[in-house]
Amino acid sequence: MDIFDLTIHELHDELMHRRISSVEAARAMLERIKAVEPQVGSFITVTPERALADAAAADLRIGAGDAGVLTGIPLAFKDIFLTEGIRTTCGSRILNNFIPPYSATCYEKLKEQGVVLLGKLNQDEFAMGSSNESSAFGVTRNPWDTTRIPGGSSGGSAAAVAARQATAALGTDTGGSIRQPASHCGCVGLKPTYGRVSRYGVIAYASSLDQVGPLTRDVTDCAIMLGAIAGHDPGDSTSVNVPVPNYRAALAGGVKGLRIGLPKEYFISGLDPDVQKSMDAAIETYRRLGAEFVDISLPHTDYAVATYYLIATAEASSNLARYDGVRFGHRTEAAPGLLDMYTRSRSEGFGAEVKRRIMLGTYALSSGYYDAYYVKAQKVRTLIMQDFTAAFEAVDVMLTPVAPTPAFKIGEKVNDPLQMYLSDIFTIPVNLAGTCAMSIPAGFSAHGLPVGLQLIGKPFGEESILQTAYAFEQATEWHLRKAVIL
Amino acid sequence: MNITVADVEHVARLARLELDPDEKSLFAGQMDAILGYVEKLKGVNTDGIVPTSHAVPMENAFREDLTRPSFSIDKALANAPDRVESFFRVPKVIE
Repeated sequence: MDIFDLTIHELHDELMHRRISSVEAARAMLERIKAVEPQVGSFITVTPERALADAAAADLRIGAGDAGVLTGIPLAFKDIFLTEGIRTTCGSRILNNFIPPYSATCYEKLKEQGVVLLGKLNQDEFAMGSSNESSAFGVTRNPWDTTRIPGGSSGGSAAAVAARQATAALGTDTGGSIRQPASHCGCVGLKPTYGRVSRYGVIAYASSLDQVGPLTRDVTDCAIMLGAIAGHDPGDSTSVNVPVPNYRAALAGGVKGLRIGLPKEYFISGLDPDVQKSMDAAIETYRRLGAEFVDISLPHTDYAVATYYLIATAEASSNLARYDGVRFGHRTEAAPGLLDMYTRSRSEGFGAEVKRRIMLGTYALSSGYYDAYYVKAQKVRTLIMQDFTAAFEAVDVMLTPVAPTPAFKIGEKVNDPLQMYLSDIFTIPVNLAGTCAMSIPAGFSAHGLPVGLQLIGKPFGEESILQTAYAFEQATEWHLRKAVIL
Repeated sequence: MNITVADVEHVARLARLELDPDEKSLFAGQMDAILGYVEKLKGVNTDGIVPTSHAVPMENAFREDLTRPSFSIDKALANAPDRVESFFRVPKVIE
């Protein structure tokens, strides 16, 4: 067994028994990154010196008997998280040379636990995309088939975990950006309830939808990571002051008598046969474990993508107004006046997908269209939320596909943004409703591509979906398969 | 929907973006398709429905008005594309 094959909880055991030191673990991960990075492209910045310094400090803590479960664990972070003193680009040319003066709260929390920072991970530019193809720093490839996309926007996070370049990773999810890449790369990925994790120091895309979450190799690691980052933060006034339970302790409860809802709008006829097959098998597994299935309806599902692409782009157009070449980020070489400087700096710095979304959002917010587009979308969002509230009266969790198909080919949807947007159809409603959901490995397509299943929980019902996921993981072996990187 | 190049130019101006002729016609077509797709929302009856701006119902989050340590001037200016003394420098605004 190679060190890079270990999960968080396995590596923790090795560290505690002094069979491996944190420095040895960091070295093994850095070598693994070097070996497979040319094929995968998960990273924007690798931080070897920092990793070895973090690991040496972790070894001291372990020696002093002051170690937690994450002390000495090598992690990597989507390049959307501010890391003080370490370049943070958000996948954009406009932040090519940006060195943050402070760190995101979730990174600070993990740092306090003694984690080892391996580097910053590739992503769609400003988290806008479903394929990682909009990054200004090159595409990331799916470790299971390097001609395919890893998903997005946390594609680097999912690919790094699947390619064993990091023991676990952190990502963000605005419309599926943790769950969809987790599904395509065969990892576990959890989007917490809105407000569960602080967004302080996380570069904003659509602030009413963005949420931070882990991508891991198994459900236990997911519970460990969530427990470490969850909680109220005075730095983010939208983080919610709800006690953080011991997620790991909740895992083993089983699913006997659990009522699992199957929303009929998610099991459409156009579903890929490989995805359908995995869903059918998962339902059978849960039935065998004693869960009950209930047919439910989320009637406004068909409007979710349209609602999302108005709300998210409107918020993005406002959030991204800060990139004006004045205080940080790219400034154009020569501009005669201030207005030219704004316009040229932005036009040179942003890529096509970011420009497209800023344009859409600006249009939706512009005079004469505000009520027809933006306010209308906010009203439909209310109906989508009400769908979930009503359906959760009859069920404890919901089971759905994560994505309509397994990972598609690089370049396949790049010229058709609408088709790209529609690939998020099963993940977007959860962000609009603000509740929690996760993706877990549930099978493989005929071509050997991972297929994930989505478990959706009630607001602050992370314990319940983790428990449901854990029962499935105990009964199956999908999460144990390993990508062979060619 | 029928988004023209002139519409694209108007929105680009509002968004402080400068597009080349190819981008303008590309965006006109793509925005037309996307806005055509979102037209489907018009079919939803939202009479009497309150718009949602936030998933979690929330009151104002107040904190005590206390002085706290903040960035030094040099730290705050460390990423400035251009600076002079303790200021961000920008092109001339008033002739």
